Amino acid sequence: MYVAVKGGERAIENAHRLLAHERRGDRDVPEVSIAQISEQLSLGVDRVMAEGSLYDRELAALAIKQSRGDLIEAIFLVRAFRATLPRFGATEPVDTGEMQVRRRISSTFKDIPGGQILGPTFDYTHRLLDPQLAEGFAPEGPMVGDASGAATPRVTDILGRDGLIEPSPQGRADAIVGDLTREPLDFPAERDLRLQNLARADEGFLLALGYSTQRGYGRNHPFAGEIRFGEVEVEFMAEDAGFAVPLGSITLTECQMVNQFKGSATEAPCFTRGYGLAFGQSERKTMSMALVDRSLRARELGEELIAPAQDEEFVMSHSDNVQATGFVEHLKLPHYVDFQSELGLLRKLRKEFADATAAAPMREAAE
Amino acid sequence: MNAPSYNFAYLDEQTKRMIRRAILKAIATPGYQVPFASREMPMPYGWGTGGVQVTAAILGPDDVLKVIDQGSDDTTNAISIRKFFGKTAGVATTTSTAEATVIQTRHRIPEAPLHGGQVLVYQVPIPEPLRFLEPRETETRRMHALGEYGLMHVKLYEDIARFGHIATSYAYPVKVNARYVMDPSPTPKFDNPKMDNCPALQLFGAGREKRIYAIPPHTNVVSLDFEDHPFARYRFDAPCALCGAGDSYLDEIVTDDKGGRMFVCSDTDYCETRQAAGHRGSESAAPHREVAHG
Ligand SMILES: [Zn+2]
Repeated sequence: MYVAVKGGERAIENAHRLLAHERRGDRDVPEVSIAQISEQLSLGVDRVMAEGSLYDRELAALAIKQSRGDLIEAIFLVRAFRATLPRFGATEPVDTGEMQVRRRISSTFKDIPGGQILGPTFDYTHRLLDPQLAEGFAPEGPMVGDASGAATPRVTDILGRDGLIEPSPQGRADAIVGDLTREPLDFPAERDLRLQNLARADEGFLLALGYSTQRGYGRNHPFAGEIRFGEVEVEFMAEDAGFAVPLGSITLTECQMVNQFKGSATEAPCFTRGYGLAFGQSERKTMSMALVDRSLRARELGEELIAPAQDEEFVMSHSDNVQATGFVEHLKLPHYVDFQSELGLLRKLRKEFADATAAAPMREAAE
Repeated sequence: MNAPSYNFAYLDEQTKRMIRRAILKAIATPGYQVPFASREMPMPYGWGTGGVQVTAAILGPDDVLKVIDQGSDDTTNAISIRKFFGKTAGVATTTSTAEATVIQTRHRIPEAPLHGGQVLVYQVPIPEPLRFLEPRETETRRMHALGEYGLMHVKLYEDIARFGHIATSYAYPVKVNARYVMDPSPTPKFDNPKMDNCPALQLFGAGREKRIYAIPPHTNVVSLDFEDHPFARYRFDAPCALCGAGDSYLDEIVTDDKGGRMFVCSDTDYCETRQAAGHRGSESAAPHREVAHG
């Protein structure tokens, strides 16, 4: 006698209960708070906000706690929540030239107006595990000086004044900003949608693609014109009031790559741009994004399309880690109906093969 | 903190209207893949987000919902989706194919014939039947527009040349209303004939790929084949060990590590309904003597 498997509902409930238990871990160890995650795992929070496309530190920190530190799972949680929010409109373009800069470096000029500012960075740290941190460690307070008040114009604007770099395309005031979370994507995609896709894209995927361009798969001779990180004001045009209302400030990282020049018989040669922008302090992400953005402009700039990073449909269709992880992990779901169908076909083909090979020697003997 | 609160059947009304517009367009152009602004759902892409969005958009408070995966109401993902709608829409749920007004399915079409007024919602992973012949969406859309399906026939022909048969056993392509070649979702080809002239409305939702398509009631659906290699269903040649059915699609159950196998209906409602009506198979709790099986 055979009894079909039942009780899936109980199994699911018990699995989730066990998950909650495992998430908490050893109960003799103090529970981690949202504030601790937000303050002390802040770069993880930044990544979840950036790829989750939702600027909310508290929810991102909650998602990290809920996902047990699995950042893609946390991004998924944030995205699913974001999808339920109404969309009121688009803010005014933020002015990163007016950023309250916490860090700002350029690899193209030794000195720039406003100066190079290292800020909080892993750069130049020696990657030696620090046993002090394991013990509970109170670091010294940061050095404090007087703000210079000097403007920190963007390096690309400085180059642009002499026409050495192509101008950024000017947005039309009446143009609707594309949103691939509200309209299905169509190829070829405009640069606004490409940049939105890249801003949400998996950091690891962009890193690998950007890296591939450096190794010759669609090389585009990049220089890190400028990377800046800090706070910018966000304003929203209130139709009733007739003026832009400040909503507050957000932390952004912006990377502007200066790339190989273009030019023609009718156009003076100039450098080209690759652009990266993300919430929080996300340098690896924005640098990779800028490399890939520039690669994806290959068609627009009349370059030969030969490398994966230049292939818009390939890049944009596979950059989203929430989509990717869902489809890869769906292989865990039962497929036994289809597998049964394949088994049936395979058994039939093998039988025919066996019959044919058994018959063949006899035929030969008869000849 | 921004505490979440959710609408009837989870999606907001604006999103539902957008999806309904896509569904109407899909019904008007049978087999054509309509792009829609698929939302991020609280379950992973590839786990039925397209079907869930379609169901959420058409579900009313009086509907009776059935959810199956692999033909069964009791598979974990079917339970999870049924619970989702039980929680967010509070609709009645059932395991009975006959009683349901909306049936969401993954990988099977129920054995019991569907009737007018019912809606069958398929979860679709890859909506594009030409995808594995041509990876680019820009190309495949052009091929559909021109009705250029030669590549598909070449693929099926190459199967015959290599294996002696069309080596596609599930997600077997069909032509809908003599116009669009369509992916029936990864159902076994055993189920293909059920799509033809079906009295129920069939809706297909692909969340990750952002496509919806449809087969309106009583539409002509033909599985692609050749005159000398006609389409043939596959079914393991045995009666169900529980209900004795000789016409249902069967799951193979491995009973030990010595080659022991048994075969039972993949459609659990069909099997249980038959058992309740007194049909018995070789492994039933109380096999009827008169229903003997070899
Ligand atoms: Zn049965």
